[in-house]
Parts: sequence; C-alpha cells; structure tokens
Amino acid sequence: MKFTLSWLKDHLETDATLEEICERLTMTGLEVESVDDKSALKPFVIARVLTAEKHPDADKLRVLSVDTGSGQPVQVVCGAPNARAGLVGAFAAPGTYVPGIDVTLSVGKIRGVESFGMMCSERELLLSDEHDGIIDLPEDAPVGESFAAWAKLDDPVIEINLTPNRPDATGVHGIARDLAASGLGRLKDGTVEPVAGEGECPVKLSIEAPDLCPGFALRLVRGVQNGPSPKWLQQRLIAIGLRPINALVDITNYMTFDRGRPLHVFDAAKVAGDLVVRRAFDGEKVLALDGREYELNSGICVIADDNGVESIAGVMGGEHSGCDEATTDVLIESALWEPLNVARTGRTLGIITDARYRFERGVDPEFMVPGIELATRLVTDLCGGTPSETEVVGYAGYQPRVVTFPTLEVRRLTGIDVPAEESVAILERLGFEPRGGGYVIDVAVPSWRPDVEGKADLVEEVMRINGVDKIAPQPLVSHDAVNGRILTTLQVRTRAAKRALAVRGMMEAVTWSFIPAGHAELFGGGRPALKLANPIASDMSDMRPSLLPGLVAAAQRNADRGFADVALFEVSGTYEGDRPEDQRRVAGGVRRGTARMDGQGRHWAGNAQAVGVFDAKADALAVLEACGAPVDKLQVEAGGPAWYHPGRSGTFKLGPKVVLGTFGEFHPKTLEALDVSGPLCGFEIFVDAIPEPKAKPTRTKPRLDISPFQAVRRDFAFVVDRSVEAAALTRAASSADKKLITGVRVFDVFEGAALGDDKKSVAIEVAIQPVDKTLTDEDFEALAARIVENVGKQTGGVLRA
Amino acid sequence: MSEQNANLADLEASLLEEITAASDEAAIEAVRIAALGKKGSVSEKLKSLGSMSPEERQTMGPAINGLKQRVTDALSARKAELRDAAIEVRLAGEKVDVTLPVRQTPAERGRIHPISQIIDEIAAIFGDLGFQIAEGPDIETDHYNFTALNFPEGHPAREMHDTFFFNPDENGARKLLRTHTSPVQIRTMETQKPPIRIVIPGKTYRQDSDATHSPMFHQLEGLVIDKSANVANMKWVLSEFCKAFFEVPSVNMRFRPSFFPFTEPSLEVDIQCDRSRPGEVRFGEGSDWMEILGCGMVHPNVLRHGGLDPDEYQGFAWGMGIDRIAMLKYGMPDLRAFFDADVRWLSHYGFRPLDMPTLFGGLSNG
Repeated sequence: MKFTLSWLKDHLETDATLEEICERLTMTGLEVESVDDKSALKPFVIARVLTAEKHPDADKLRVLSVDTGSGQPVQVVCGAPNARAGLVGAFAAPGTYVPGIDVTLSVGKIRGVESFGMMCSERELLLSDEHDGIIDLPEDAPVGESFAAWAKLDDPVIEINLTPNRPDATGVHGIARDLAASGLGRLKDGTVEPVAGEGECPVKLSIEAPDLCPGFALRLVRGVQNGPSPKWLQQRLIAIGLRPINALVDITNYMTFDRGRPLHVFDAAKVAGDLVVRRAFDGEKVLALDGREYELNSGICVIADDNGVESIAGVMGGEHSGCDEATTDVLIESALWEPLNVARTGRTLGIITDARYRFERGVDPEFMVPGIELATRLVTDLCGGTPSETEVVGYAGYQPRVVTFPTLEVRRLTGIDVPAEESVAILERLGFEPRGGGYVIDVAVPSWRPDVEGKADLVEEVMRINGVDKIAPQPLVSHDAVNGRILTTLQVRTRAAKRALAVRGMMEAVTWSFIPAGHAELFGGGRPALKLANPIASDMSDMRPSLLPGLVAAAQRNADRGFADVALFEVSGTYEGDRPEDQRRVAGGVRRGTARMDGQGRHWAGNAQAVGVFDAKADALAVLEACGAPVDKLQVEAGGPAWYHPGRSGTFKLGPKVVLGTFGEFHPKTLEALDVSGPLCGFEIFVDAIPEPKAKPTRTKPRLDISPFQAVRRDFAFVVDRSVEAAALTRAASSADKKLITGVRVFDVFEGAALGDDKKSVAIEVAIQPVDKTLTDEDFEALAARIVENVGKQTGGVLRA
Repeated sequence: MSEQNANLADLEASLLEEITAASDEAAIEAVRIAALGKKGSVSEKLKSLGSMSPEERQTMGPAINGLKQRVTDALSARKAELRDAAIEVRLAGEKVDVTLPVRQTPAERGRIHPISQIIDEIAAIFGDLGFQIAEGPDIETDHYNFTALNFPEGHPAREMHDTFFFNPDENGARKLLRTHTSPVQIRTMETQKPPIRIVIPGKTYRQDSDATHSPMFHQLEGLVIDKSANVANMKWVLSEFCKAFFEVPSVNMRFRPSFFPFTEPSLEVDIQCDRSRPGEVRFGEGSDWMEILGCGMVHPNVLRHGGLDPDEYQGFAWGMGIDRIAMLKYGMPDLRAFFDADVRWLSHYGFRPLDMPTLFGGLSNG
C-alpha cells in the first residue's frame, strides 16, 4: 500500500513530521517498508535556455545562456542533444548536490569554457533511467521556481507492508484513522454527501450468485466528457506507481487507494442489455483489461450482459466494455464480493490487481453506497454529465459483530495496566462502539474491521494504539531449581552421534529431504505417498528413504570441484511413510577417496589407502557406542540392503529382529545409477531403534576388581575354512573360560596356497587375567587346550602347524 | 728406593698414555687387564709388596696403591668419555627434520554444521530458562499445519506459505511438508498439560528459492503456556535470548504490532544493529533495524484446538529462522550454501567437534 504525505494530510490534520508519521505507522502495526523522499531535489529550479551556441572546441557540446529566474543569465556548457534555445528544464546551480551522479557541483571549465551549473536529465535527478537528453518541460513551466515543488516531487511517497488482516488500511482514510487514534493528529470527516440523481438507472442488474456477491450498487452518468484527468490526480497516481489513463479510470484507481473502495466503470454504450452477476460457464472466455484472454470456470464470479462476460468480479474488468476517451455514458459499479472467492479466482487466473488485493481482505460493506456517491461526484466534477439514481441490489445491511470485552483482559494478556476508560477511548477513536460500563463491556465492531472477532483482537487494538513500547519486560516466573536434563534420549543420542562422527574427522552436511525419484527408488523409496505434487525442481521430488543418496551425491559434487577425499555425515530424518511414526532418525555417513579417519591423501610418513567397508564399519560402531547401544551384544551379519556390495557390507542387529544399522561399500550398479565414482563406503545407523537405556536408581558404576596377578597374552593361529567368520572364531575362543579370558583379538588373517584351497589362517591373541592365583604352566596348558578344542568344535579350525 | 719410584712413575705414565689412546671399550678393557688383571703390571707390583721389608713396604705400599687408584680412575673416566662420545654419534645419526608436518588429528578436521551448533546454543540458553526441546514430524496434515493454527480455509495467509503438497490419497486428503514448526505447538498441547515451556527446532519447507530463501530451512519455535504468561514476559524472554545468543551485554529490540493467524495480539521484532561494515552485523550498537522474529499471544482458537480453555490458560509463542540467526551471528552470506555440503564451506563455517556451547564456558569460542 502506497500513498503520499500530502494525500495522507487530506485525511489527517497533523503537524507531525514525516519521520514521526513513519515511526508511528510502524509502531501501530502499519510497517513502513520504504519512504521515497525527493526533498533532496528542492534546490533544482526551473530554467529556460535563452541561447544555445556550439562550443568552440567541441562538436558535441553547446554553450547555453540560461535564465534561472535570478535576473542575470547564466552560462552553462551542456552536452545533451536536445539542448536548444527555448527549452525549459531543471537547472542545478554550483553547490547543488546532484544525486544521480553523486556529485556536488562547482564552477568548472569544460574545454576552456566556464560553466556555472548544469541542466539535468531525469537520471541525474534519480527520476528515471532517462539520460538521452535533459529534462524538457512544458513552455509554461514557471522559470525560477523549485522544479520539485512544481512537479510535486516534494511529496514523499510512503509504502507500508500491510498485513492481510487490515482491509481498512488499504485506503489512505483508514491509515489516517489509525494515526489519529494514536494521537498523531485529527481525522478529517470522511462523510460523503449523496449526489442527487435523475431517474432510475436504465440498466438493470440481477444477482444470480448471491453467495458470491452480497451487494451491488450501480449508477449511470450520461453525457460525460472523458479525457486526461487533472494534474493533481495524475500526479498522485504517478507518485504511487500507477499510470494515468483517462479521468474515468483514474477516478476508480483514486477511490481504490483513497478509501480502499475499488470500483469499476463500464462504457454504457458497449453494454448490451441488462447486467447479471453469475458464475462463469466452464470454458467461457474473456479478454480482460490487461489485454490477455482468460478461460473461466464455474468457480469464478463474473458480471455479464447479453454479449457475455464484461468483468471478472472483484478482480479485473473486461476490455470490451472499458472506458476510453470516446465514452459518453458511464456505468459505475460499487459492489461487494466474497473475499475467499476473489482470492481463489485471482490465484486460479494468476491475476494480481489492486481490486483483488482489497476484495480478498474484505471491503467495507457500509461504504459500498457512499463509495458510489463519492465516485459520482468526482465523475461529474471532472467529466460533467448527469447521474441517474443509484440502484442498490442484494445488500442486506451491516449487522455489527458485538464482542464481550472484559477490560482487564488487556492486563491479563499484555501485562500492562491500561485504565478501562483509556481502553474505551482508544476503541472509540478507532470507530468501535463500546456500550455499557463496568468491568465487562460490549463492543460493536465497525464495518471496516472484519478481522476483529474476539476479545483478544480488542486487546491488540488497545495495545498497539496505547503503544507496545510501554509494556516493560517482566521476567518469566523462575523455575526455582537447578536445571535438570532437558533433552530426550533421542535428542541426546542425535547430538552424541554428530559429535562422535565429527571427532572421527567427518564433516556434517545438511542435505535436502527431497531427492530425485530415481535415487529414492534405488534406496528402497519412491512410494507414491512420498512424492511431492509440486516439487520446486523435478530432481527434488521424493522424500528420501535414506541419507546415503544425498550424501553420496554431495561427496561427488565435492570431487567434481577438486576435493576427491571427503568424509561427510548427517544425522537427520528419513521417511518410510507419511505418518509421524514413519519418520526415522538416522545417522548416516560416507567416505570417499582416501578420506580415512587417520588421515587422507599422501603423506611423507605413508600414504592413506582407499576407504573401504571397515572404515564404514568403524564409523557405524562409533555412532552405536556414542548412542549407548549395547555394543557387546550386537551381532554383525554379512550383507546388507541391495545398494551395498553384497560381499563387502554388513548389518548390525540386536536379536533376530531389531536392525540397528548397515554399512559397506556400494554395489557398482548403485554407483552407476547415481552417476558417481568411488572409492566410496557408507553406513546408516537407525538411532531411533537403539533401545532406551534401563532406568537406574543410582549412577553408581559397577564395582571394579583389579587383580594383583600379572596379566598374560598367548597367541594361537588356526586354519579354518575360508567361509568361517572371524567373529565365530573369537567367540569360540572367548567361551573357553569366560572368567579368565578378558579379550580375544584377531591380529593376522592369511590365505595362501600352502594352506590349501578355501582355507585361511586366523591368528588370535588371547588376553588372560588370573584372578585368584598366579597360573601354573599346567593351568595355561589346560586353558590353551580348551581354546583349541572350542575353536575346533565350533569352527572346524585346527591349530596351524 | 728412588729407582723403584721412578719405575712406578714410568709405569703410570705409560698406562695413562695407553688409556688415553684407547678408542673404544675393547681397547679400554685390554688396558685394564694389562694393568689390573691377575697378571697385570700394577697387580704384579702389588704382589711384590709381600716380599719387601716392612720399611720398604711402608713407603712402597701407598705408592703402588696410589698408582692403582689413579689408573682405575683414569680407566673409568675414559670409559665414560667413550660412552658419551658413542651416544653423541648415535644421537647425531638419529636427527630428524622436525619441521616435517605431523598428521592432523581427526578431531581437527571434523566439523559440526552451523545449524547443529546453533541448535545446541539455543538448547543451552533455553535450558537455563527451564524450557524443554520438543520435536515433530516434517510431513504434516493440513489440520496441524493450518486449521488448528487458525488459518481459515482459503485464507490468503495460507497462500503466503507456498506449501509443498503430496498427492492426495484415496480419500482426497493430502499431506504436506510443514511450512513452519508451529504444528508442534498443537501436538504438544495435545500430550502435555500446562505449564508448558518448550522450544522446537526443526526443518521447515516452502516453495521459495533465492539467496535468503531456500525450499528447506530451519525454524525455532517457542511456546509458553500457563495461567499468567503475557506480552511483558514474552518481551523479557526474547530479549534475554537475543542478548545471550548474540553474546552482547545489551540489545535494543523493537516490538511492532503485526499479524499471524495463530497469535493475537501478534508482534514482529526488530533488533537494532550496525550494518555499516560489509559482511558483518554488530548487535547492541548502530542505528539499523533488522527483523528477526515473529511472536504473539497464542490465539484463543489455537488453545481450543490444543484442548485448552483460553479463559483459563494463556501463553505466548514465537518463531524465528535458525539459518537466519546463524547467518546474522556468524556472517554467512548465502543461505543456499548451507545445504550444498561443500567441504570448503563446512571447514570454514563449521564448528570443531569438541566446541560444545555451554553457558558457563561461553556459547562460542572466540
């Protein structure tokens, strides 16, 4: 919503400065977005070029003698092609700041000829981009006067960023009302005197869609002379960015901004028969005033005559019956349109107009008739003509909403004491009608405030007019205790997983929740329920089933930029369905190139190897460990989902059913489908699947018994079938004596022809901690025999000779 | 007598000479055996004492024993000298170029994304004020995202949200990606009785993309509901938050009336700052106003949708962009880079894994 300061002062009697007005607008909820103040242009005066001679030393320059109204003509050197004797333009004397070139002028010599000022172009005054020549004003522009004042450029333009709840502030009068209510002046009387008409309006109107049109006022003015509107009106429209068209059209635009009352004018000569308000037929077409043809449907309300659609109700008029300079009889429409329908129509057709802006917020129903009266007066004043009587159809009158308002509600919700009388006075100044006394009053809501529905709305009115600044901050009641833990287990684990992975040299990425359909399908997603109907881009269409495709793509983007060794992770949501419980919390990561935990790339002390399945496994375990998963009870199964390398991937499980995560290198087909190159490995841990820790009554850790006896280590090498899993072997060795054996570590795996086909050697180091006595050689031998026996029984392994 | 003494002096001189000339441990040992061994020259002298007269012994005894002592001392001194020299040689050979680079520890390389770090900062501040952290799903129903938050059907305010929709199901209902974190207000009210003090960080989605808008972004919602929370309390909470978050002793904030369907009264908050230095915003000084958040008293209809009686319970809520306050605090110029995972950006704007924001240690380290 834009208006000028002088326009505001038509409605508001005030001595306040521009700055005070803007500050108050913002602080009452009409946020000032910008102020275009051309007061810097005041020093520019209107001047006439008396003579224009060619510059003695430059073909393109002229030496002008300029009458600036100060008596003595001034010599100015000018390069503009349109500089000529007789031209009236805008002159800047030495010492003037010229904003368009950011220079303060001084007397200068141009190619040896002195120049005492400058004739300016529009661009130099920041009026437009026009710089082909200097400003060329009408002959009669008064020489010596301020150019800005004459051109009405000294009228600052204020733009407010209007919230959708304030239809009343779509007109200057409503804005003035708020300012006056806040004590910044007096609201001028906006009452409209009716204009007497002669005879009935000959064009009849019927409303076939009363649900979409709660009222319609129509009037004919005969014998008008349409032409350019007067300068004051044109200047106001230009100031707010509208193009003057002709007086009749300009009047409707003026009313739209002055009173928030959009109107439409039909050239009566082009209207065939009577008018009807109806729903459009599906497929019906109309050429609108913007020169474009729109195809309509039955959800759209139109005004039609015997020829068809003449106007899209509340949105835009039709080209066919529009008014031009030849119009002599004009039909003025002042109607009410159902806001939601106007909004939907505007959206469907993609039309944004000043009328739609107002109707979708809700136009004051009680100003429908005064609006047509005021418009009639402007038409007869500016274009002459004889009005008919006003025909009002379908308007049932306004029944004010009455809100029960306990005045203490202001204190309850805002914390500030505003005396009841003051609250009442504020509401009255805004046009509300408070009735009754005491603590609880009834407040009738004015017709221009459809947004006010309940007592909280009235609190807002009192608060914003009384001043939000007056509310002093008050501490929230303290919880009076040392803070306890505020995060849920899942939140703690999410946080722990992130830190644990970052400590492992990985960088946390935040990638899109929506990914290309092909990627989603590749990772087990792509369900119809998880496809966006209106994705922002075709490759951001499906909710991700996994963090991996996004991370792999991110790693590849980095590689394409020259960073081949990257380790990225993310702890975030994946989507198995569209219900809240289908959103998982997953920690996922990828490593690419040689981005291993202990370093990447080449190093003088040893180059990093390519990443692989065990890097991913280590990352995954780090997450499980950080999240407090029972790591010692986990099983690792070979293999994982289809996107992994079947022989180089694994799955972490807790019991037979609970899958805690997967890890591995990727299937070559996955890499191909994602159009990425390796080496790559990745993992995902389902953080939300890790069981909640058991509630414990104390934080005491289990008792630690430190044995006084020396711990010893014994090595064994077993030959087993190649298919035997190392975990099975270590499990077998551990179980030889759960009490004495504190650890089994695989320190060598070896395959070779000497061992035989499909055989491998696995060497383990067994850590033994005697507890009650130093072990004798016989004890060790017995233990070693049990280890060998267990391994033999459980894996078929034999001690390597 | 003097002849014997002269012999001793000669022997001593020649032994000391041999000791000095010995260039390794073996040579030293050879000299020791030759002098002090069973048949060594000095040992022989000692043995000869037995055949001397008592008078002779009285003078020669100390002389020979003195010789033995001096030779022994010289031997061990030379031995030590040689050992030191040998160590010197070894050490010289072991010298390395200490300017060679060491491997970076992984914790130096790893980074936490600014969004996670900011959420931790927020948790530290609001934890101190007795708030809890709530979360909710990204995929929402129209009810939670709009209707329960008092967005009337077809209202232009819904359009302002540029919502991502899913395809309608067989009943015509269509899910959507939440456009704000406010649905969690309702979800919380449905499961938790007041008093409620929560903040809700999370992902939000709107169909919008430029340098300051991204189709996916992060919001921080706050909700306080009890029987007395009012605008004055809200002003206090938000200004305390801004002071703590931006780590400045004071901030100047401007609360302007505004409009949101789910709050009444509604306010927008600007924060005073200095933007005169390119790429940098300073809070607590300057003369610019920058919009930072929207807030208001929870609308009575929203309380009702959450199952609460608006005449008994009241409260306030606010929402702000996490990415936006991250950009303001740490100076990232472009929102889109947040989601690009460029390791150069992450390395520069990300945080070290062990830099955990706390109130006692400061939210950010320098």
